[in-house]
Amino acid sequence: MTISLLPLLVSGTLVAAGVTLLLERSLIRVLVGVILLGNGVNLLILTAGGPAGEPPLLGRSDPERMADPLPQAMVLTSIVITLGVTAFLLAVVHRSWQLTGGDEVQDDTEDRRVRLRARRGELTQAVLAKQDAYRRLVREQREELARLETARREREHREAQELERQILDVNVDLGRWLQAHKDAGLSSEQIEERLAEARRAEEASKEGRQGRVDKLRAEFARREREQDEREREIRRRFRVRQREARKQMRAAIRADRERQARAQDPDLEGDD
Amino acid sequence: MEALIPVPVVLPLLAAGIKLAIGGRLRGLQSLISVVTLTTVLVVSSVLLVAADTGGPLVAYAGGWAAPIGIALVADRLATLMLVVSSAVTLCVMIYSISQAYADQERTAPLSIFHPAYLIMVAGVSDAFLAGDLFNLFVAFEMLLSGSYVLLTFGGTESRIRAGATYVVIGLASSMLFLVGIAVAYGATGTVSTAQLAERFSVLPEHVKLLLELLLLLVFVVKAAIFPMSAWLPDSYPTAPAPATALFAGLLTKVGIYSIIRLEALLFPGGPVSGLLMWAALLTMLVGVFGAVAQTDIKRMISFTLVSHIGYMVFGVALSSVMGLAGAVFYVVHHITVQTSLFLVTGLIERRTGTTSLDRLGGLMRLAPLIAVLFFVPAMNLAGIPPMSGFLGKLALIQAGVADGSPMAITLVAGSLVTSLLTLYAVATTWNKAFWRTPPPGMIKKVGTVLEGEETPVVRATGTEGITGRAIVTSSTIPVPMLGSTTALVVLALSFTVLAGPLSALTERTAGELLAREPYISAVLGGGR
Repeated sequence: MTISLLPLLVSGTLVAAGVTLLLERSLIRVLVGVILLGNGVNLLILTAGGPAGEPPLLGRSDPERMADPLPQAMVLTSIVITLGVTAFLLAVVHRSWQLTGGDEVQDDTEDRRVRLRARRGELTQAVLAKQDAYRRLVREQREELARLETARREREHREAQELERQILDVNVDLGRWLQAHKDAGLSSEQIEERLAEARRAEEASKEGRQGRVDKLRAEFARREREQDEREREIRRRFRVRQREARKQMRAAIRADRERQARAQDPDLEGDD
Repeated sequence: MEALIPVPVVLPLLAAGIKLAIGGRLRGLQSLISVVTLTTVLVVSSVLLVAADTGGPLVAYAGGWAAPIGIALVADRLATLMLVVSSAVTLCVMIYSISQAYADQERTAPLSIFHPAYLIMVAGVSDAFLAGDLFNLFVAFEMLLSGSYVLLTFGGTESRIRAGATYVVIGLASSMLFLVGIAVAYGATGTVSTAQLAERFSVLPEHVKLLLELLLLLVFVVKAAIFPMSAWLPDSYPTAPAPATALFAGLLTKVGIYSIIRLEALLFPGGPVSGLLMWAALLTMLVGVFGAVAQTDIKRMISFTLVSHIGYMVFGVALSSVMGLAGAVFYVVHHITVQTSLFLVTGLIERRTGTTSLDRLGGLMRLAPLIAVLFFVPAMNLAGIPPMSGFLGKLALIQAGVADGSPMAITLVAGSLVTSLLTLYAVATTWNKAFWRTPPPGMIKKVGTVLEGEETPVVRATGTEGITGRAIVTSSTIPVPMLGSTTALVVLALSFTVLAGPLSALTERTAGELLAREPYISAVLGGGR
């Protein structure tokens, strides 16, 4: 038995077009899709009955060459049924147009309510998460400040120790010098003399030593100032960051609330 | 005896025709015709069940044409058992709807449109159970679907049109798929008679067989609202009039299940699809019940449990053992009654309080103790509390699953236990909120407004839709026939516990007959060969 490819192709095309239209949201297109689909399927049933032949009427044609009458009877039935249901669907579309002014398939109201509830839960979650994030940010900043504070105090401590060590060094030098002269058997007057001499001689170097101490002190003060400045800068930056974060959080919460309000308003609900 | 077989199909159709001719007049006579018709169908179905159980499948050939060519109506154990349960349910729901129409003071519309559509749907359901060939099954589906289209969009209110549009399109799409399946089956085998198809499929190449099986299965999966194809059901059912929803929930999905049983047992025994069905069953159970837990409206909650419990029946079918099929058939019988009675009780709740939303209900236990009992019993039955029939059905399925012993079957046993627990959770939440809790003052709003120009002054609940789409009349006293028919269904479901022995023996014989295949095939083709 050979089957012509053409009816199958036509049927396939009709079904494909019908399915495409069926997936639309507009009910009129769905209706047209159903009609195309019905025709495609009916053609398929006819094709399933085998090749064309003579009319299946007893006494008028040879039974050997008759077309299969069963699919034809089935197609007739299915055409009638499809016609009836299509007419009904048309009535539904018309009624829908009367009631809503459009022929789009509407969302289920209860579905919308469930979705809204879910979204409200999400919103609360989001707000909580944002507040959490803000609190975490503030906490982190406090911790960092505290860390900086400790580091500074340690450094100051170290520097003060360093300074004391240097002063001690200077005193130790002086003591050693005095001891050296005393060991050499010099009387205290002589030592005084030497000392005055050395003081004179070492005016420059002594001055240098004093200068060193002064310089160290100045350096220390400068560093402290810098430290303070840096800390102030960091605090300022932190404040700016906090303000920014707070602003962002508030904006996000407001946006969420707005979206929710829009979702509650049935007129404004689009296909979001 | 064979002459009785067409009665469940022809009689309702005849009655529908007479009613269409009478129109809106003679209310009393119209109601009488409906009730008498459905009672007759119930009696005839019972007689057929006894005959089919004792003497094997009965076959009637429409128009006197013998089997493969003529249209055969086959009444075997499964078909007649389904017929008996469905006609009992349709009778109760019909009485309920007549009473509701009186209570809501709907004058003519229910009689002149609701009753014919209802009867055509009943005829379609009966025809689907009796159909002995695929094309007749298609026609039966179309009959019950067109009836349900009318019932679902009754009154043409906005919510019903919205739900109806989706429902009609889904129905049309699945019908088209069914036609494709029939065309392919006819092209491959040259017949549409199920008995002959069963013989000829065994010689078809495997891939053609698989294609056909999947194609037809897809159609019935849509009708039965099994998981990937179940989204349409909770969307469309709750908006229909309460009696129509009850009928849809009880019968339409079960017609799909019935067809799947026929398909798997008679046409494609031992196919590779049962693994797929197991997955579908598991997902249907879980997805459905999770949906049920999330709802705040009683009607929608019950719709989701409906989807969920379809999974149990699919589980039984997928096991394709005598125990599994017997369990599935038992569960179908139990579920038709319980699901219908739950929807009817929800209708009663709506009549008493003017709403079914759990956010606005409370304290019904004190307000209406009888409704509370009528809700509690089927709800617990649905969840499977021993010793009710829900427990027995689940037990049978779980036993069948354990006997099967494959890992997937054991997973399904676990899944069905979880589903059962979650169902209990869902109905218990509903019970707590609607019946037990003391409503905070001001939560229950004024249920309605007194309207002028009625036969007698009545209170209509705003936001509700009765049979014709007008708001329903609320009252503190529920009409006796509504209560009576609901009680009858609740008691019927309870009686399955008392009759569990004979009933499960019958379902086992049914399953044996289904899996043997030979009695069905030889009964249909015996005259034609």
